[in-house]
Amino acid sequence: MAEVLIPIIKISVIVFGFVMAVASLMTLLGDRKQSAKIQNRIGPNQAKFFGFSLMGIPHFIADGIKMILKENITPAGSNKFLHTIAPGLVFMPALIGWAVVPFMDFYCTGTVQTLPDQNYTEICVGGEWKNYFSIMHMNSGLLFAFAIAAISVYGAAIAGWASNSKFSLLGGLRSSAQMISYEVSMALSLGGVLMIYGTLNLNEMVRMQGNMFGDWLPMWGIVVQPLAFFLFFLAGLAETKRAPFDLPEDEPVIVAGYITEYSSMKFAMMQLAEYAATVFIAALIAVIFLGGWQMPYVYADGIHFLGNHWTPFGEEAWYWISIFLRIGAMVFKILFLVWLQFMMRWTLPRFRYDQVMTLGWKILLPLSIANLFVTAFILMIL
Amino acid sequence: MANVNVKKVDRITQTLWEKSYIPEIVRGLSVTSRHFFRNLRPNKAKRTTFTREYPEVQTVYPERYRGLHRLMLRDDGQVRCVACMCCSTICPADCIHIEAGEHDDPTIEKYPSIFVIDELRCIVCGLCVEACPCDAIRMDSGKHIPPYGERDEAFFDRDLLMQLGGLSQAKQGGRR
Ligand code: SF4
Ligand code: SF4
Repeated sequence: MAEVLIPIIKISVIVFGFVMAVASLMTLLGDRKQSAKIQNRIGPNQAKFFGFSLMGIPHFIADGIKMILKENITPAGSNKFLHTIAPGLVFMPALIGWAVVPFMDFYCTGTVQTLPDQNYTEICVGGEWKNYFSIMHMNSGLLFAFAIAAISVYGAAIAGWASNSKFSLLGGLRSSAQMISYEVSMALSLGGVLMIYGTLNLNEMVRMQGNMFGDWLPMWGIVVQPLAFFLFFLAGLAETKRAPFDLPEDEPVIVAGYITEYSSMKFAMMQLAEYAATVFIAALIAVIFLGGWQMPYVYADGIHFLGNHWTPFGEEAWYWISIFLRIGAMVFKILFLVWLQFMMRWTLPRFRYDQVMTLGWKILLPLSIANLFVTAFILMIL
Repeated sequence: MANVNVKKVDRITQTLWEKSYIPEIVRGLSVTSRHFFRNLRPNKAKRTTFTREYPEVQTVYPERYRGLHRLMLRDDGQVRCVACMCCSTICPADCIHIEAGEHDDPTIEKYPSIFVIDELRCIVCGLCVEACPCDAIRMDSGKHIPPYGERDEAFFDRDLLMQLGGLSQAKQGGRR
């Protein structure tokens, strides 16, 4: 029973409680409120709950109701079947990828010990690791995440093709071209990271990031691979099709790209999928480069700092405190990265399409290959 | 072609620092996040939002704002207008309709028995006010023209315009 119940609880908490909540709040807080603040405006505040505008959050419910009540239009000459399933094809990959994202380390039924002399590796004494904090434990989690992220382009391409509209077709083509160009540098930029960690398992990666250089500098991905972080962040921005890379839905040029012909909830799904993808990329960046659930100096058996070690509130209590701290750290990192991505969106103007391609193929790709070589060289020398 | 003056404008060349984008992006981000955090301050007075929350906070119009017309009154509360047709003649939008009537008082020659302004047609030029010889029509009511549901509602007749009116300081029939 518990074997079935636990995954269901995990899935509902992570996907519905976190991802969907963040993604749908982002439609409002991220897009409309944040842009308003940056542009010295107030932003939406007229929809109210009992006279309180609550930072404009009721707007998002109002939008949802409006979307549901809108007429669902399928343009004449479109392929009805593909046109209908395309939003699902865009939406699902954005959620499936979360299967491998670890929100916390495995739960240890015994006691956890951190070994400072072995690079702060945590071991579970007198018990076993139980996977309670990520939906799935997969040895090749990173590959899975990439495969799923790449699949979402099918939805966009199919949506573009099935709509029987030139704008949609152009948007679909643009999105596929962009996806393919950036997928390459995205994966290559991770080459160095993989060489250092030597694993594809996301949770294992985060554990490795608990290691310390000289007892004080956490060995986060951004510390050991700063260039790869920038490359991955840029490529991730491009992958999620957010500004400044939102060429597939370039309003002045191709109306709304592949979502031109969508209305009502199908449109909302397309939009939400984009936000969910943003959150997913943020989670990947957090896990690979920003130490995932790791908090510097905070370990499951106490605080280790410069060789000192103390355990506030006793072992048992501290274990639970550390669990909450670490989940909080992960959530905070994801939210921060989402915020940063939205900041980029409201800071930078949109690229021209040839510039996007130039950036992808002529700058990011050579840089990531160079990064790979340099990392390999350094690792060989060490 | 020799006598065409060509001004050579030097292209702004980017330094390597700028071309690498990242420092410039960080600079841009710092500007936007400065605005972002400034406008998140709990003290609303320190924010720099320019939005006027219109229906709750009314706009204060400048003194010489040309708003709704009003018809001024005589000392005894009658309409000041003498139906001289100057305003309807000069009105470029042709939106003032006046029909003159004979007044009982022999010292007053005419008065407008019908005086209708179509505020929807009015282009708010203010020429009618300029044209009026006896300070009978003004646009200084300080109200903007309200939105209408029906076209008829935009026809402001004499009595409505007089309700907005007031006494004029100018002496009627007096010497200049
Ligand atoms: S303001 Fe101009 S357009 Fe309007 S009634 Fe007067 S003269 Fe006519
Ligand atoms: S409002 Fe003035 S200009 Fe117009 S008809 Fe009356 S007196 Fe003449």
